[in-house]
Amino acid sequence: MNRLTSRGLIAGLAASALALGLVGCSPAPAPAPTDSAAPTTAAPEQVTLRFWHNATAEPLKGIWDKASRDFEASHPGVTIESTGYQNEELQRTLIPQALQAGGDAAPDVFMVWPGGEVRAQAEAGYLKDLTAPAADTIAKFGGVAKPWEVDGKQYALPFTFGITGIWYNKDLFTQAGIASTPKTLTELADAVTKLKAIDVAPIAVGAKDKWPAGHWWYQFALNTCSVQTLQTAIPALNFDDPCWIEAGTKLQEWMATEPFQEGFLATSAQQGADSSAGMVANGKAAMEFMGAWNSGQIGSLTPDGKVPAFLGWFPFPSIPGTAGDPTITMGGGDGFGVYKDAPDVAVEFAQYLVSDEVQAAFAAAGSGIPANPAAASSLTDENLKAIAAGLAGSSYVQLWLDSALGPEFGNPLNDAIVNLMGGKGTPEDIVKALKDTAAKL
Amino acid sequence: MAHTTPAGPAVSAGPAPAGRSKRRAGTGRRWLEIAVFAGPALIVFVTFVIVPVILAAVYSFFNWNGLTPLERFIGFDNYIEAFNDPDFLQAIGNNFTIVIASILIQGPLAIAAALLLNRKLRGRAFIRAAIFVPYVLAEVIAGLSWNLLLSPNGFVNALLEMVGLEEWAQPWLANPDIALWVMFWILTWKYLGFAILIMLAGLQGVPEELHEAAAIDGAGWWKAQWYVTLPLLGPTIRIWVFLSIIGSLQLFDMVWVTTRGGPLNATNTMAVYMIVNGQTRPGYGSAIAVILFLISLTVALVYQRLAMRRDLGGAITRGVR
Repeated sequence: MNRLTSRGLIAGLAASALALGLVGCSPAPAPAPTDSAAPTTAAPEQVTLRFWHNATAEPLKGIWDKASRDFEASHPGVTIESTGYQNEELQRTLIPQALQAGGDAAPDVFMVWPGGEVRAQAEAGYLKDLTAPAADTIAKFGGVAKPWEVDGKQYALPFTFGITGIWYNKDLFTQAGIASTPKTLTELADAVTKLKAIDVAPIAVGAKDKWPAGHWWYQFALNTCSVQTLQTAIPALNFDDPCWIEAGTKLQEWMATEPFQEGFLATSAQQGADSSAGMVANGKAAMEFMGAWNSGQIGSLTPDGKVPAFLGWFPFPSIPGTAGDPTITMGGGDGFGVYKDAPDVAVEFAQYLVSDEVQAAFAAAGSGIPANPAAASSLTDENLKAIAAGLAGSSYVQLWLDSALGPEFGNPLNDAIVNLMGGKGTPEDIVKALKDTAAKL
Repeated sequence: MAHTTPAGPAVSAGPAPAGRSKRRAGTGRRWLEIAVFAGPALIVFVTFVIVPVILAAVYSFFNWNGLTPLERFIGFDNYIEAFNDPDFLQAIGNNFTIVIASILIQGPLAIAAALLLNRKLRGRAFIRAAIFVPYVLAEVIAGLSWNLLLSPNGFVNALLEMVGLEEWAQPWLANPDIALWVMFWILTWKYLGFAILIMLAGLQGVPEELHEAAAIDGAGWWKAQWYVTLPLLGPTIRIWVFLSIIGSLQLFDMVWVTTRGGPLNATNTMAVYMIVNGQTRPGYGSAIAVILFLISLTVALVYQRLAMRRDLGGAITRGVR
């Protein structure tokens, strides 16, 4: 989730804007449900598909636009309206309200987030079951497609999947005399001390946006809990295992080393030079624990708009004193789903968006890690290659916990984590937030 | 109003039936006029204000994630949950802190500044403009500017270091102990101009003769302000207090832009809490909206009853009927 998050500024206005928007810009021709079973030789039926994604900037926006035009060219009679919206508005306001309004208001092909997010939409009956029509794609993608599966049925096809790791400034590491990237938390603490000595913020975290802080606790929980616990506790929403409290205790110990920038509670993740990504971009901070999209984010915050040469990536270090296996990684991705009443050609389009051809362009542009294994060889960016290698070497990839648990969990869970990091909460409070939320579902 | 029709033609001694029909036509036309003028506004008001308020009240009784149909009725559980959440209680407390601080600090400041600016003063026009500029700035721009000024590497800390006060430098909006007061400073900076403008307008209504009379009676400048100006400024002050209370209770944009309610809930307000929670739990968010609405309504009604009765009394209740 949270990809390209940022200007939640007008979230408050979004609801009313949407209400007006739905009235004002109802789609041109209704995407008439094509019941024609087989394509006929007669004149092609006119169909307009509405395609909603979160790419508001190049290169990704251009990739989706080009894919739309190419699909139109190969499918006469199909028109695709491709629109990119700011991520949070799309996820929290536009899609939920459009789906509820239904009919012509709903997009035909749209972004679907994994885990609990896709589950909530599928259980409400808004998504087309893609298991049969996209069987070949699903088989080819393998485990990467699993997070978009609900009760054995595939409801969306991923176009990107990556793991979260530490982005760092190689120049600052050299300057501070850090010989190699930290492999354990102890080594990371050592690096923090050395970086403080050269007067830079060792690690930046955007705790104002809550989820970037949340990722730290998720990563600790990955290490304190066994894979078996993760696999059973999350679907069952049972957080009785002591490993959940231990994650908070370990995080508290880590906070005692004061690894983050001054005033991290009021730092946003991606907005401007003072954000955590901005601090890495301008050399004020040496590290940030972030998802695979971060190189693009950091690049957009440099004066020349390019990914800085000093940027490197390494997987999160192992945590001594836990049962954790360092090959267990945390990550997630984005996919495309199809509205239940959309015409069949929409399913074809969704498959085209994750096809070898489009995914190769996606990878070559450095937009992220392609979910389609056939496109991995098109990656050119060294950091993305490192992430892809880390992903390939993972024994188990845990979806970000807020995504995995579902939309209702994000706020209370991340709030409790930020409280703990700010010295106001306890490890028990985090588990209590999880249990309270589960009880209210 | 309808009773007070001047009905000029009816006075003329025309044939009675004709007069009556004429009168009926007049009433009909009056209603048509009302419908034409008020209708569009009324339709918009009902559609975008009344209906949403009612819908929010309905949603607030459901456990609803915004995707599923509305079917899990839970009575007052959302309300009970809200009042058991320390974060929400803190948000209410923050709102009322801002309400009281605004009245006690911004009010006297604005009155003092208005009295000063009402005198003949060198550079008065410039000072008036300078004080009013922040109010004209868009909230988002003001918020982002303050965010940059107050950030740990920002202008304010750099300035403090330059003048040798580096021990005062700190992450202003990231320190939970002072963040609310820093927020109050930003709000004061932003809205003081508006308060001064209202007070200045009120001062224009104080007749010069009264000052002359006071001067003849031997009152100095201070006494004249205290016994003449301030009492006459009363209605203006009371209406400003009312606007300030409502604005403080519904405070959202500045907080959202600068801190989003953080750090650690220190600057959270009811409206921010509502948005944050309402995005994924619209049912619960609606309950918060209803609580916010009821609190604002109660405060507004009580205040009107107690403080503004005199001001409104003459204007509406008697004169029209």
